[in-house]
Order: sequence, then structure tokens, then C-alpha cells
Amino acid sequence: MSFVDVTMQLLDGFKITLLIFVVTLVFSLPLGLIITFGSMSKFPPLRWLTRTFVWIIRGTPLMLQIIVVFYGPGLIFGASGFPRLTAVLVAFIVNYAAYFSEIYRGGIESIPQGQFEAGQVLGMTKFQIFFKVILFQVIKRITAPMGNEVITLVKDTSLARVVAVSELVKSAQDIVGLKAIIWPIFYIGAFYLLFSGLLTLLFGYLEKRMNYYRG
Amino acid sequence: MPILEVKNLYKSFGREEVLKGISFTLNKGDVLAVIGSSGSGKTTLLRCLNFLEKPDKGQIIVGGKTVFNADAQEELDEQALRKNRLHFGLVFQSFNLFPQYSVHKNITLAAELLEKEKYKGQKLTKQQKKEIQDRVSRNADELLEQIGLLDKKDAYPCELSGGQQQRVAIARALALSPDVLCFDEPTSALDPELTGEVLKVIRNLKSSDRTMIVVTHEMEFARNVADKIMFMSDGIIEAYGTAEDIFTNSTNEKLNAFLMKTSG
Ligand SMILES: Nc1ncnc2c1ncn2[C@@H]1O[C@H](COP(=O)(O)OP(=O)(O)O)[C@@H](O)[C@H]1O
Ligand SMILES: [Mg+2]
Repeated sequence: MSFVDVTMQLLDGFKITLLIFVVTLVFSLPLGLIITFGSMSKFPPLRWLTRTFVWIIRGTPLMLQIIVVFYGPGLIFGASGFPRLTAVLVAFIVNYAAYFSEIYRGGIESIPQGQFEAGQVLGMTKFQIFFKVILFQVIKRITAPMGNEVITLVKDTSLARVVAVSELVKSAQDIVGLKAIIWPIFYIGAFYLLFSGLLTLLFGYLEKRMNYYRG
Repeated sequence: MPILEVKNLYKSFGREEVLKGISFTLNKGDVLAVIGSSGSGKTTLLRCLNFLEKPDKGQIIVGGKTVFNADAQEELDEQALRKNRLHFGLVFQSFNLFPQYSVHKNITLAAELLEKEKYKGQKLTKQQKKEIQDRVSRNADELLEQIGLLDKKDAYPCELSGGQQQRVAIARALALSPDVLCFDEPTSALDPELTGEVLKVIRNLKSSDRTMIVVTHEMEFARNVADKIMFMSDGIIEAYGTAEDIFTNSTNEKLNAFLMKTSG
């Protein structure tokens, strides 16, 4: 099998990998913020409920969660369940939202109380304080851990194959099994390196951009 | 009519009673210095005036209008609370400037939001928005001029000395023209050589229409600048009077012990 043939075949897997990556980020970044507000709520039941949920999501393997989302509805409720790719996306979004929510919470709690109070004393609303004063400082503080998490996501996308979604690793493994050649595995390995390398550069750039102030 | 009346303020944290019936009045233009040893409740008093803490008992009346009443039946909603707290301004011991914004933006941020809020419900044209921004911006420039930092308007707080940061914090509070401006030990976080510039700015703010409450350990400043001095001890006002009453003619034992200790 020629390099071009392999590339073409891997391209389909790459599209799925990229789709999981992008869709997961687009939905889990804001969903994580909502979970953060839940876990920081002044209303204890909501806070406990949210924190228990986060604990369960972070305390069990993502692979397990994908399996539960895919097979669960059918086996437990007799419902028809999600299509494979949808199940994968749901599991990824919820899982990453839980991780992001903890990073956000750490970020928000690291902002000195005086910043909130200064905003209050200046007559700003809670909403204005959060979005005009706190949020940017949080973003600056969490860029590094978020970068780690996003790079982990690139590699985690390969877990989708557990419910037979043909992402990049599965596509490559299919070729290896069928044609008895090993190099497509190194090929995609190089691809993951490139992908995460680009993200490292991007986050490095963002950190640098926000370094115009200290504190 | 006094600009500020504080009546019988009480505040506890859990079992610890921190304010035990604080009452005093200030006339417009008065500068009140609050002195007392650490833990006597000075910060808590300022925080109550600025609605950062909710007193358990008592009333706060500004210019004849009751802005806080612990006996009131209903809680104030956020909107009313914000409106009432704008009668007061607070300069913190630790400045609390917004680090991501320039000096100028630190001063204009809240003022601009409040100005725009006045037109709530109306759609502002680009022209009107620009006018508001220009007005707020000019006001900020004037304040910067007044505190001697106009040349630093585009700097970020981290690029300033502590004394300069505190001066900016003062300008930021002034930008909202509060009726009563409170200072919580404005020079305690500063190196000794920087306290002078901040105290000078505060002294220069003294005018017939600006009422100020300054919690301070700078006895010279209290003696020379304040019209009234309040000595707090264990959550009560142990002594209250003019500089002469407090520093020269006092027979209060606790006050004299405190003054003895601070004069070293
Ligand atoms: N948020 C709080 N929770 C519990 N105790 C507090 C709180 N704020 C202040 N206190 C207590 O109240 C007392 C008075 O504190 P404070 O008003 O800061 O005094 P001062 O400013 O005169 O040093 C102290 O004993 C302090 O421990
Ligand atoms: Mg204090």
C-alpha cells in the first residue's frame, strides 16, 4: 500500500479525531463554567450534588463512561440509545467539562477576595465583577493547566474506538492488521506529536500575550 | 443636618462580638480619624459602612436618608444595596487595583458602567456612548492630575510603587464622588518612605464638601489633619473628640495607655 493510499485512508480517521476534539472543546468549555457555578453555589444541596457528580466523572475512566453512555440507555431503559459517535461526544463533553470545571474553580478561588470587594465597593453588579474584573485574571492563571488538559484531549480521542468509532488509531490499526505493515502506526504517532506540538506553541503564545501584567 | 449618622451599630462574627454599639455623627467636610489597637473593630466598622458586612443591629443614615436599618422588615435587593453603598467609598489597605487594566482604566471602569446604567432601557447611540466615555475619561485625567500621576495613566498597577498604587486607588474611589470616603489604614502596607506621599494626597483632599473617615496608625496625621478623632477599643468608642481632647486633655486610661504604646 502506497504512502498516498494510506494517507487517504487515515484521512477519514483524522476527520473523526478532529471532530471529537473540536466538538468536545466547543461544548465542554462553557459547560464546565456552569458546573463551576454549581460547585461554588451558596446553596449546599446544589454544591454537594455538583461535587459528587464531578467526583464520579473524574474518579472513573473515560473509557468506562463512553461504554455506559453508548450501551446504558438501551440496556437499562430499553431505549434505542445514541448513535456511536454521538455517545462518544456526549461522554467526552461531560468528562472534559468536569475537569475544566475544577480548573476554573481553582482559578476563581485563587483570585484574592479583595478583587471582588473592590468591585462591590465601586457599585458593580456581581455579573459585571465576574466578567469585567475576575474572568480575565482567571483565564491568565489557568492557561497552563488548560493547555495540559487540551493536549490530553488530543490523545484521549483514541478512546472512541472502544465503541468502534473509527478515529485515527483505529483507522491505522485496521491497515496494520489487514496489510501487515507497521509504519502507519509511526505515521500517526508523528501526527499526534505534530498536533500537540502546535497546541503547545499556541498556549505558549497565549501565556506570553497575557504576560503584560503581573498578579 | 449631619451628612452621616451611625446609630448603635452591632456586629458579631459567630460568638465574637466585634462592634458593640457604635454611634457617631459627621458633618459635611469633616475628617474623622479612627485610632485603636489591632482587633478593636476599626476595619469591621468601615466594612459595615460599605456594605461588605451586614450589621446585626443599628442604622446608617446619610444626609437624612436611611441607607441601612437592621430592623427593617425586608432585605434590600441587590439593586437597592448597590445604590446605597455608592454613598460610601473605600480605599483598602492592600489597594486592590485591577491588575489587568491600565491606571486610567482602573479609574474609569466603574464610573463608565454606572453612567451607562443611568440610560438603562434606552438604546444609546454611538455618539452618546462616546460622550459618556469622554466625560468619564476627562474626569479621570483630572483626578490623575490631582494625585500627580497623569504621566502614569497608561501604566499597569504592577509597574507602580506601592505609594503610587494607593494614590491610584484613591483616585478610583473619588471617581464615583462618594458622600463619605473611607480609608482603611491606607499606608500600613507601604514602606515607611512611601507613606508621606499618600498622606499628603489625603490631606489635600480635605475640603468643605468632602467627608472622610481615615483609620490610621499615623498619630501625627490624625493630630494635624483630622477634625475629630475616635478611639476604638474592644468594639466600642472609648473616646471621641478633637485632637486636643484626645492627645492632650484625655483622662481615659485605655486611651492614654494606647497613646503611650504607639509613641514608643
Ligand atoms: N470575617 C470575619 N470573621 C470572623 N472574625 C472576624 C472577621 N473579620 C474580623 N473578625 C474579627 O473581628 C475582630 C476585629 O477585627 P477588625 O475589625 O479587623 O479590627 P481592626 O481593624 O481594628 O484591627 C478581630 O478579632 C477579628 O478576628
Ligand atoms: Mg484593620
